[in-house]
Amino acid sequence: MANQKIKLIITRQDSPDSSSYEETFEVNYRENMNIISALMEIQRNPYNANGDKVAPVAWESNCLEEVCGACSMIINGKPRQSCSTLVDKLEQPIRLAPMATFPVMRDLAVDRSRMFESLKKVKAWIPIDGTHDLGPGPRMPEKKRQWAYELSKCMTCGVCLEACPNVNSDSEFIGPAALSQVRLFNSHPTGEMNKGERLDALMEEGGLAGCGNSQNCVQVCPKGIPLTTSIAALNRDTNIQSFKNFFGSDYAY
Amino acid sequence: MAENREFFYRRLHSLLGVIPIGVFLVQHLVINHFAVYGEESFNKAAGFMHDLPFRILLETFIIFLPILFHAILGVYIVFVAKNNVKRYGFFRNWMFFLQRITGIVTLVFIVWHVWETRVAIGMGNAELDYSLMEGILSSTFMFWFYIVGVVSTTFHFANGLWSFLVTWGITVTPRSQKIATYATLLVFVAVTYIGVRTLIKFAYGV
Repeated sequence: MANQKIKLIITRQDSPDSSSYEETFEVNYRENMNIISALMEIQRNPYNANGDKVAPVAWESNCLEEVCGACSMIINGKPRQSCSTLVDKLEQPIRLAPMATFPVMRDLAVDRSRMFESLKKVKAWIPIDGTHDLGPGPRMPEKKRQWAYELSKCMTCGVCLEACPNVNSDSEFIGPAALSQVRLFNSHPTGEMNKGERLDALMEEGGLAGCGNSQNCVQVCPKGIPLTTSIAALNRDTNIQSFKNFFGSDYAY
Repeated sequence: MAENREFFYRRLHSLLGVIPIGVFLVQHLVINHFAVYGEESFNKAAGFMHDLPFRILLETFIIFLPILFHAILGVYIVFVAKNNVKRYGFFRNWMFFLQRITGIVTLVFIVWHVWETRVAIGMGNAELDYSLMEGILSSTFMFWFYIVGVVSTTFHFANGLWSFLVTWGITVTPRSQKIATYATLLVFVAVTYIGVRTLIKFAYGV
């Protein structure tokens, strides 16, 4: 086993504007390797399969335990985290490519800032700042906390956006991740006080109406977040909100 | 309403697909099914629909305008999607893809069908009766064109009913959505039977 090699075919790109190309690498196999450790091998010894010295492959990673979302890439055709993807469980050669939904910065590193922009758009936070201490907020029912906790697992990794047929360069759709965050913050007893603002944001261009119910997002989400349940629940909430807005209601906040 | 036009238009698109277009589709196929009971039976039923009071208004507001709106926004929706069933072959993703394919097929079919029947009758080139459809469907090519058109329409309707339930926030849980899948499958089978049965009668007289 000592001399066993693993073969990686990586889609590379030198700069945001240059065109992409494939390059093959061979690295020494070790037990229990994940994709990141294979990329680290290339970093240590940046020679491609032809033996040419090349610039090491660039990628992003941080937590190494599938909670930060930074290391998402397309591995053998599926978008997933390279930290939690084990080499032993993959077919060879292993093909790595950057996620196509996002602009490539270099090699496997993509710019996911559109996801942060989306979170800002839908006001995915709870405003608690005041000129004086506002005191503790209302308590949350335990049962609600349990399902809301599942929604809070989102790490903005971008896998759901990558799989969604309606998130692309022709569409303004912000994608499933930010939508589900609206449900999370609207379910919070303090966040609920600004429920209407978030729902109004979802009814703007690129909001909830962009969903076409392909339901790929819920299938690919690495954290198992019930994204399509969130979307359907928000469909109900935005419909009610739009009626409140149009016909008038004292409860449209 | 000006600031959230997309939301409003998409909700209107979803609503119109069921009310009135879906209701009209079912009514249209059921009335046509009178053909199965004989030429006279069909002519009587078609004549009744034809002689409804305010027919032009009913046609315009229940059929033409809703379909026109649904079709125009629908074509836009088709072109905004980048289908990926090859990479993500999940059931719902296939339904998403087929909904867009059948939308386009149905549009082509409806344009041809309306041209051949309602427009021809309106211009006085054809008479609304059993023999009009018998004549059209006597050609094998047209028979299969109508089969594809009708099945595509009923699929688009039944699957659209499923997404209508999601869009309007009626089926929220995965379980209710799954049961809705079976229910709309039954709708598809039933409505398709009604439509195809009629076509067979017109084409082969059985």
